[in-house]
Amino acid sequence: MPGNFGMLCCCKGNVTKEEMADDSYQAAIDGLTTLLSEKAGLGSVAAAKIKQLTAELEAASSTGFDPVERLKTGFQTFKTEKYEKNPDLFESLKKGQWPKFMVFACSDSRVCPSQILDFQPGEAFMVRNIANMVPPYDLTKYSGVGAAIEYAVLHLKVENIVVIGHSRCGGIKGLMSLPDDGSTSRQVCFNNKYCSDFIEQWVKICSNARSKVKTDCSDMSFDEQCFHCEKASYKLHEAVNISLGNLLTYPFVREAVVKKTLALKGGHYDFVDGCFTLWDLDFKISPTISV
Amino acid sequence: MAVLSPASFVTKGPSSSSSSSSPFPARASFLRAQSISGSEQTNLRSSSASKSMSEFKLKVAKNSTGMTKEREIDDTATLTSKNLFDGLKERFLSFKKHTYLENIEHYESLAKGQAPKVMVIACGDSRVCPSNILGFQPGEAFVVRNVANLVPHFESGPSETKAALEFAVNVLKVQNILVVGHSRCGGIRALMSMHDDVETSSFIGSWVSVGMNARKRTKADASNLNFDQQCRHCEKESVSCTLTNLLTYPWIEEKAKGGELSIHGGYYDFVDCTFERWTLDYKEDGEVSVKDRSFWC
Repeated sequence: MPGNFGMLCCCKGNVTKEEMADDSYQAAIDGLTTLLSEKAGLGSVAAAKIKQLTAELEAASSTGFDPVERLKTGFQTFKTEKYEKNPDLFESLKKGQWPKFMVFACSDSRVCPSQILDFQPGEAFMVRNIANMVPPYDLTKYSGVGAAIEYAVLHLKVENIVVIGHSRCGGIKGLMSLPDDGSTSRQVCFNNKYCSDFIEQWVKICSNARSKVKTDCSDMSFDEQCFHCEKASYKLHEAVNISLGNLLTYPFVREAVVKKTLALKGGHYDFVDGCFTLWDLDFKISPTISV
Repeated sequence: MAVLSPASFVTKGPSSSSSSSSPFPARASFLRAQSISGSEQTNLRSSSASKSMSEFKLKVAKNSTGMTKEREIDDTATLTSKNLFDGLKERFLSFKKHTYLENIEHYESLAKGQAPKVMVIACGDSRVCPSNILGFQPGEAFVVRNVANLVPHFESGPSETKAALEFAVNVLKVQNILVVGHSRCGGIRALMSMHDDVETSSFIGSWVSVGMNARKRTKADASNLNFDQQCRHCEKESVSCTLTNLLTYPWIEEKAKGGELSIHGGYYDFVDCTFERWTLDYKEDGEVSVKDRSFWC
């Protein structure tokens, strides 16, 4: 196993950068190599660690960011460390995908579910958009999200849909900053000439969460209000719960939930204190009373 | 490390509240929540608009001493239905111990703000997560994932990908946009299977119509190929069309022309594990060509 590190480090193909590695970097490698020789089962953990150290070193180097080199290193690491080491898994994934999860997560670079929940290839069908929002059923306006839900529920038959919010979300901040009267449009402008309001139009999906938080938490600071809006708490219908509710506006979701072949879950990742919160919703259609 | 001792596992609720402004359908009522392990609750209430949830908060002391058990899971082990969420809990705690806490300074600085250099637009397919296949670490890539990695034209089409572009390009000011297509894409297959008209009876038909130009070009250029080969052709053609669509956004076009923003295409083939990539060369006079094409295998 230690031999893999040599290869991992070499595949950067840049001796100069490696020579620039400081003592702590070398110490970390040594420590991991020792750990590896003692605990073979931790190979993947150590490999991920090495990869991160390498990435950090690269980011800190004075040569600047080379996106193509970064992608190449990343892909080669994946190929040698994952793909070639798990031939059975990847052979089966060539035939199809059978994910048990559909996940809605924010596009934010800090909250990828594959990183924080360690989803492996084949495990989660994923939508990532601004503020992990699920819009209500609308065939033309929201066909992008609708197509993903339709594909995941009807074709892939996922068993769980998890909507994951997170701390310090720019989209939620945008939502909470919208003017109270709802009249003026907040546009994002480039060079003072090209203006558009795509973000505002999108985050308004959860404007009910905003109103609720503004009313119920009027005594709180703006940051506290944002936190409540990101996170589903019991008293407030904020963004994640609005999205879970919106999922039920899709007939095929409702049907699968009623049949108990599909469960809807809310989640919140707080990267400030490193906590993950998960909650389930159980759901039942009340019997229709005919008189 | 485990960290699953009862003391580190904070359980809240259940508490209940009702609301008159429930966003849920009137006939639906949310009932008692299940535990994180998915154990079934049976005391379902049939009254309307009542909701109760129990929430489980996973907490790990920031000081990692005193952890009792090392995590030793094969990270390619599949999650079985029974332990689905227990498995996720283990994985999160492992992420926290091995990545988050060991790089706490990095994460503290990330918590203050993100400054990714790359925006990635990839398919929702469970096999092609960019973090998996390209090794992105927290903070590195702002990621949009939709069916078939499509971007609508600036003037028309659904809005969520547009909102993400606006945020990434004009607020975060990313320097690179990478669109990644992939082999055996269900969305592209749907696009190639539909009739020539835009199909609006299903979400999938309506959405993949965004890629209609790629379908037309494929039908014109690859009509001699069988259906599977046509789909493969279209998977790549669609990435090219998406790159063209990106240039219909005035703020992207201007930045690309000025060299502030690079636009890259990519194609991940998981059948033979290869990755093809290229960069758009967008000249001042508006001429678009491809440069730096490379193939990793």
